[in-house]
Amino acid sequence: MRLFAWQRFRAMIGKEARQLRRDRGMVALTLVLPMIQLFLFGYAINMNPRHLPTALVSADHSRYERDIVTALENTKYFDIHLYPTEQAAEEALRRWDVMFIIDIPPNFERDVLHGASPSILIDADGSDPTAIGNATAAVTALGANVLARDLPPDPRLRPAQAAYQTILHARYNPEQITALNIVPALIAVVLTFSTLVSTAMAITREREMGTMENLLVLPIQPAEVLLGKILPYVALGYLQVSLVLSIAVLVFGVPVAGSLTLLLGAIGLFIACNLALGFVISSLARTQRQAMQMAQFVFLPSMLLSGFLFPFRGMPVWAQVIGDVLPITHMLRIARGVLLKGNGWPEIAPDVWPMAAFGLAIGALAVLTYRRTLD
Amino acid sequence: MTAYAIDVEHLSKSFRGKRVIADLSLRVAEGEVCGFLGGNGSGKTTTMRLLCGLLLPDGGRGTCLGIDLLTGADEIRRQVGYMTQRFSLYGDLTVAENLDFVARLHGVRDRSAMIREAVERAGLGGYLHQLAEELSGGWKQRLALAAAVLHKPRLLLLDEPTAGVDAKARREFWDLIHEFASEGMTVLVSTHYMDEAERCARVIYLAGGHLVVQGTAAEVVAQAHITVIEAVGGAVETAAPRLRHQPGIETATVFGRALRVTGSDGATLRAAIAAAGVGAFDWREVEPRLDDVFIHMLNNPPAGISYGEEG
Ligand SMILES: Nc1ncnc2c1ncn2[C@@H]1O[C@H](COP(=O)(O)OP(=O)(O)OP(=O)(O)O)[C@@H](O)[C@H]1O
Ligand SMILES: [Mg+2]
Repeated sequence: MRLFAWQRFRAMIGKEARQLRRDRGMVALTLVLPMIQLFLFGYAINMNPRHLPTALVSADHSRYERDIVTALENTKYFDIHLYPTEQAAEEALRRWDVMFIIDIPPNFERDVLHGASPSILIDADGSDPTAIGNATAAVTALGANVLARDLPPDPRLRPAQAAYQTILHARYNPEQITALNIVPALIAVVLTFSTLVSTAMAITREREMGTMENLLVLPIQPAEVLLGKILPYVALGYLQVSLVLSIAVLVFGVPVAGSLTLLLGAIGLFIACNLALGFVISSLARTQRQAMQMAQFVFLPSMLLSGFLFPFRGMPVWAQVIGDVLPITHMLRIARGVLLKGNGWPEIAPDVWPMAAFGLAIGALAVLTYRRTLD
Repeated sequence: MTAYAIDVEHLSKSFRGKRVIADLSLRVAEGEVCGFLGGNGSGKTTTMRLLCGLLLPDGGRGTCLGIDLLTGADEIRRQVGYMTQRFSLYGDLTVAENLDFVARLHGVRDRSAMIREAVERAGLGGYLHQLAEELSGGWKQRLALAAAVLHKPRLLLLDEPTAGVDAKARREFWDLIHEFASEGMTVLVSTHYMDEAERCARVIYLAGGHLVVQGTAAEVVAQAHITVIEAVGGAVETAAPRLRHQPGIETATVFGRALRVTGSDGATLRAAIAAAGVGAFDWREVEPRLDDVFIHMLNNPPAGISYGEEG
C-alpha cells in the first residue's frame, strides 16, 4: 500500500474541514480570542532588564571616553562591546545583537577641554521600549560630573557649560509606544494558542469519542492523517493572522516596514512547528483534558520565556536557552523585525533556521509517536 | 482442503498484566457465518481487534484471509470490514458524508454506486442528510453496518451489531448477514442473543479469554451431556430458590409459569428434586437450549482452565 495517496489525503482534509465548520464554538473562539488578547495585551508590563548589549563606536579613544564607559557600565544597564565601524554596529542593531549604539565623536577630548560641549549620540532599539526604558533614563541621569575627576583641577580651565551632551535617539519606534512592541508579537502568541490546542485535540478527540477505532481500521496512512488534519488548521491560522494584522495596522498603527510576503512565509513555518508539536501532544495524551494540560505546559514558557511579556534580555541565561528552543521566540523577533525594522531575509534567517530545525525534529517525533493500534 | 478466512493459533493478549486472551486458537472457514458468544468481558471484542490489526497480540500467530496477522496489517485493513461495538463513525457528519469518507479511504471505485447500494440494503435512504449523532440507536447500527460493507470486504467482523435493535430490524439484519455470506463474505458476528446464535452455521463460545466450545448449535448441545427438565405451575417462583441450592442441580430458572432445571443426568436430577421437597410438579424432560449449555460450561470448566470472575 502506498504511503501517501491523494484521494485518502483529500478525504481526510474534507472531513476535518467539515467538522471544523460545524464546530461553531471553536470557530468563534479562534476569531474572538485573538481580539480579546490583542486588546488585553495592547498595554505592556513595564520591566527593567539590565546588562543590555551595547555597541560602542569611538572615534576618539581618550580618558573621557573611558570615564563614560565605566560610568555607563556602573549603571548595570549596559554591557559594552567595542565595534570598529558605525556600519558594523548598525548591522548588529538590526540583528538584535545589541540594543544600543553609543557613538563618541572625533576630537571628543579636545572639544570637552575647549568647552565645546560635544555630543554623544546614543541610538536605542525602540522596538522594545520596555527593555530600553530604564536604561535610557539612567544615561540621562549620569550628567556631567562623570568627567569631574579627570577634568583639569583649575576651575578656570574647566568648560563653562556642561562638559558634554548626550543625544538619545530611539530607533524603529521613536515614540516608544509599547503597543508597537506587543502587537506584532501577538501574531505569534495568538497562533500558538489556536494551532497548538486545535491539533493537540485532533487525535485525542477521535480517541475519546471512540472514532479512532474506526479510523485505525480504515486503510489510511499516518502521514495522510497528520497532514489531512493539519491543513484546515493552517488555513484557520492564516485567517487569524490577517485579522490580527489588520487590527494591528488599523487600530494600533503598527507599521509594515518590511515585506509582508516574507512575514507570511515565516508564519507558515511557525504554524507548521506548532501543529507538529500539537500532534505529539495528541499522540501522547489519552484524554482531551490531558492534552489541554500538556498544551498549558508549552504555553507557559511560550508566554514567559520568549520575550513576549518580559524582555528577553532581562532573563537569566538558562531561561534564554529554553526560550531559544521555542519557535515562538524566533517568530516574535521575526514579526517585530519585519514589521518595525523592515528586516529582510538576511536579518531574519538566523531566526528561521532554529524554527525549521524545531519543526523537522518535532515533525519526525509526531510521525514516530503516532500509534496505529489501540494498545 | 478447506480455506480458512480466519486461522489463528495460540493468540494471547494482556492489558497491564491482566490476561484477557489466553492461548486462543480459532478457525473460521471461508463463506461461513460464525457466531461469537461469551459473557461480558470474555474477550470477544479484544479477539476481533486482534484479528483486524487494531491490537497487536502478545503471543501467537495466524492469518486473516491468508494474510499474516503480524506483518500484513495494511492489507488486512483493506479486505476486512469491522463494525465496532461502540458507534465509531462521526456524529457531526451526515450519513452520506460518513459513507463518502469511508468509501474514499478505501479507494472504492464507482463510489456513488457503491454507496447507493449500501444505503439501499441498510434501508438508510430516508436519513442520508441527517447528522449521525441525531440517529436513534438502531439506525446508527444500520449506518455502521453499511459503512463496514461498503468496500465489499471478504471478511466481515460484526461486534454485537444488533445490540439495541428492535425485533423486526434484528431479523432484517440477519437476513442481510446471510445475504452477504451468500455473496462469498465470511462473517464473524458476536451476540448475546441465543436466537441469533441459532442462525449461525457455527458458534464459538468464549469464556475468560479461552475458547470453550465450538461447532454447530446441534453439535454443541449434543456434546454437552446435560439434561433439562421443566415443570409448569403456579408456585414455581417459591420453588426455584430452594432447588438452586440443592446438590445435583446446576440451575433452576423461572421462565414465565415454567420452571427449568438443569443437571448432568436425569436420574440425579429427579432424586435431587425429590430431596428438596418443593411439592408436586409435573416434571417433563425437554431439549437443552444453547444458553443451558453455555451456562453449564461455565459452571464446569475443563481441567486446568479458570474463567476468571465473569459468567
Ligand atoms: N484497552 C483495554 N485496557 C485494559 N483492559 C481491557 C482493554 N480492553 C479490554 N479490556 C479487558 O479485557 C477483557 C475483555 O474485554 P472485551 O471487550 O474483549 O470483552 P467482550 O467479550 O467484548 O465483552 P462484552 O460482551 O461486554 O462486549 C475485559 O475484562 C476488559 O476489562
Ligand atoms: Mg465486546
